[in-house]
Amino acid sequence: MTAFRFSRKQLCIPYALFLILFVVIPMLLILFYAFTGEGANGNLTFTFGNFINFFTSTAKLSTLLMSFTIAIISTALCLVIAYPLAYILARSHWKKKYVLLMLFIMPMWINFVLRITALRELLDLVGLLGKENYLNTIIGMVYDFLPFMILPLYTTLEKIDNSYLEAASDLGGNKLTVFTKVTFPLSMPGVISGITMVFMPSMTNYVVSDTLSNFNITILGKLIDEYFTTFNNWNMGSMISIILLVIIFVTMLLTGGFKDNKNEARGANLW
Amino acid sequence: MVKRILSIAFCVLVLLFIYSPILLLVVYSFTDSTVIGQWKGFSFSLYADLFKSAEIMGILFNTIWLALAAATLSTILGTAGAIGIFYSRKRISAPIKAASQIPIINAEIVTAIALALLFSMTALYRTYFSLIIGHMVLCTPFVVLSVMPKLKQMDPNVYEAALDLGATPSKALFKVVIPQIFSGIMAGFMLSITLSLDDYIITAFTKPKTFDTISTYVYNAVKNGTNSSTPALRALSALIFVVMIAAVLIINLRAKKTKEDRK
Repeated sequence: MTAFRFSRKQLCIPYALFLILFVVIPMLLILFYAFTGEGANGNLTFTFGNFINFFTSTAKLSTLLMSFTIAIISTALCLVIAYPLAYILARSHWKKKYVLLMLFIMPMWINFVLRITALRELLDLVGLLGKENYLNTIIGMVYDFLPFMILPLYTTLEKIDNSYLEAASDLGGNKLTVFTKVTFPLSMPGVISGITMVFMPSMTNYVVSDTLSNFNITILGKLIDEYFTTFNNWNMGSMISIILLVIIFVTMLLTGGFKDNKNEARGANLW
Repeated sequence: MVKRILSIAFCVLVLLFIYSPILLLVVYSFTDSTVIGQWKGFSFSLYADLFKSAEIMGILFNTIWLALAAATLSTILGTAGAIGIFYSRKRISAPIKAASQIPIINAEIVTAIALALLFSMTALYRTYFSLIIGHMVLCTPFVVLSVMPKLKQMDPNVYEAALDLGATPSKALFKVVIPQIFSGIMAGFMLSITLSLDDYIITAFTKPKTFDTISTYVYNAVKNGTNSSTPALRALSALIFVVMIAAVLIINLRAKKTKEDRK
């Protein structure tokens, strides 16, 4: 037997154990809970009951649909606001444009509960609070997640080589053609990573919907929370989580978000 | 010219959207009124209330120590993890990397209930232990992501040279590798602090019953309708907004400046 020798490879052991214990096993537990329930004799049994229950319950399905709609509208609004903004910033020749960029993505660093509460006060002041619950929720989602759309868009637009655009216009493209045929396709990675950063939180961040709708709107994330904390039905809560994960997986597959642009957007550029 | 004016107008409009709620809170933190919109003259009394409130000060303290503890532990675990992953064969590193992506891609509510399911089976449910583990699950993958590119940029020969010159592997690690990836480690630490300070959902599912951070306290205050009865919270928010905006601007602009000076 050889004596223990330190090697750099062994440094991943603690992290691997950490991930198994606190990430992989908990996710397997969700899977386990989602497909089990109390049988007739009170014992734990395997069941598709939760799955069937979800897709036959009008209330749950309408929550899913409504949550989906809120997320789509919020994501679309973020894109419509963030794209021109990122374009203006990225294409500007102003030397200190990064200061301006900083101002736009500043909210990333400030506690979101405080920002949403501040927005609540403003909506209260203009008389929207308590009246326009859906509108307020969408405003809140856009307010909270806009920076996460701006940053990846800015990063990709800034990297686009000006000579491509010059070449396109030299070859006779007018401004609109240059944009639709060159600039926009080249900025697609930023668009996709922005969408993945905004869409999923808009379906699940119930602090925003609770605070701005006076607890009147239940989005999918809130439904999971309610099954855990209010109804004490962990099996159903786990099943809804699995359904949510499938939705996340499908959206990422459709948008190609697995090519981890998201990591770059949140991680590398923040500090 | 018209295009330029339109561009500036658009930027100003979005800035107004972003900053008007913040500005509103800051302005109304300087008046002694229970509701926003009712100006009762300039006063520092909310700030006096804030610093006198043992409850709010305790929560502020909780939030800060939790962020520091979680970020420190995440940084150590994540840096070691990144180094280990980097030098391991793909057969070993690929599954670790994949598992490390789960908390990043996953919805926070799912991560939170998954941890709650695990801890509810033990005596550690809703203790400081589960709380710190929850925050570490949130932060550590981002530390790995911050450190990894620095490891890739490093010249592999330097480590070998240190060994040839007689350094032990652990000495070479601390004297040669760590200094070269230090900026990545710091970025991971700062990002962890930000993530921990910002978190609500994981905290809510893992915290001890009587423990509150700013996020959980403010959310519960809104939930119980006590938001307006504690105007001191307005002063706290205003203070956090101003301090964070100043800190972020100073740190980032200085970092940018040193980068440009080096050029």
